[in-house]
Amino acid sequence: MEGGHNVCLMPRVVFTANLQRHVPCPPCQVAGRTAREALDQAFALYPRVRGYVLDEHGVLRKHMAVFVNGRPAADRAGLGDPVQDADEVVVMQALSGG
Amino acid sequence: MSDLLLVSTRKGLFSIRRAKAGRWQVGAVSFLGDNVTLALPDARDGAWYAALDHGHFGVKLHRSEDRGARWEEVGVPQYPEPPAGHVEKDLFGREIPWKLVRVWALEPGLASQPGLLWAGTLPGGLFRSGDRGATWELVRGLWDHPDRQAWMGGGADYPGIHSVCVHPDHPRRITVAVSTGGTWRSEDLGATWAVRGQGMHAAYMPPERAGDPRVQDVHRLVQCPARPEVAWIQHHNAMYRSVDDGLTWTDLGKPPLTGFGFAVAAHPADPGTAWFVPGDKDERRIPLGGKVVVLRTRDGGKSFVVLARGLPQKHAYDLVFRHALDVDGSGERLAFGSTTGSLWATENAGDDWITVAEHLPPVYAVRWVP
Repeated sequence: MEGGHNVCLMPRVVFTANLQRHVPCPPCQVAGRTAREALDQAFALYPRVRGYVLDEHGVLRKHMAVFVNGRPAADRAGLGDPVQDADEVVVMQALSGG
Repeated sequence: MSDLLLVSTRKGLFSIRRAKAGRWQVGAVSFLGDNVTLALPDARDGAWYAALDHGHFGVKLHRSEDRGARWEEVGVPQYPEPPAGHVEKDLFGREIPWKLVRVWALEPGLASQPGLLWAGTLPGGLFRSGDRGATWELVRGLWDHPDRQAWMGGGADYPGIHSVCVHPDHPRRITVAVSTGGTWRSEDLGATWAVRGQGMHAAYMPPERAGDPRVQDVHRLVQCPARPEVAWIQHHNAMYRSVDDGLTWTDLGKPPLTGFGFAVAAHPADPGTAWFVPGDKDERRIPLGGKVVVLRTRDGGKSFVVLARGLPQKHAYDLVFRHALDVDGSGERLAFGSTTGSLWATENAGDDWITVAEHLPPVYAVRWVP
């Protein structure tokens, strides 16, 4: 694109660096209209990551957090928060000691 | 006789190797920084398994085909969805999730059952894998047993299966022990189950419930490999021995020092010999008087000797968890590790102890590599 930036108009999913230590999962650009759809697309790219973020029933693990554009997902149970092109879904963990 | 020991700790899996007589060295470390709750070296095919609890990221299971040089993540026990509207509750009405909380026991099937593994878990499910841990199946015969409702958490919030014994002569006979929930037996490879074991006494229950086999807080169950009709239990408030394959249990009475503790190891061949690591008491879980000791009986629990040579005898506050004591196939070498990161080994059945390490992370489990 002459004179402009090469912007990819798809949601971006970013996983916490602490997860990268166990399973490689660099940031990825995915299709999806909700946080859940975007995550499912990311899990399709990195199948092992799914079990680190979701429990055996597909529910976000108790001490994990999902942000959409810097805001905690409003729908923690279903992750139905809408995402637009160029939005960012970030998967973080709560801080813990030990 | 084994020269190699796997030590599972809060911050990694440590290999401990015997360099020469009386000298043991910390060797390779796997998963440094991660919480390794259990390890299993499988004598049938040489594979090693390690159970990790990543906290935020859940419980994982890894397998190594080259003695810890490389690890591959395999499957992990997964609980099914509960029936619609079903809320699981323990004896006191506290909710129990149908989700994996911890792998608390990991045992192989027999040599005639290649690939078969058993996993005991919190909150109380027993799982079976037929493919070396790639996939796991909840043992529904036990999970759906109505008497499981009598189980409850002990030290943990939820009940858990910490001991799995496969009878060496009867491949379909499985015994598990639960904290808190007694001992259970299947004669058909896990299809059907019944609570088992008379003679235990739960001092923490009202008198009318104290003899109920379903409420016994068995801390650890081990059987004598060569004489599996003989088994030992370290219970919450006593030590027991059975000579009839777990049907009845005899209280070993008042041993020297104290009857409280978690760990017990059975001699591989001699049905009269076992080792216990005592703690002070339930409400004070440290060595009595700050002295670390091991109790050994050679006469079926009629008498005990206190083994202390080489162990710290002042200001030691090391607690030894239920999987943190193990004996090798010779019955001469034992090792145990503590919550404060000490590790001791013996080469003469406990007469003399060697300090292997003093500053490991908290030790959860110790296992000899056969």
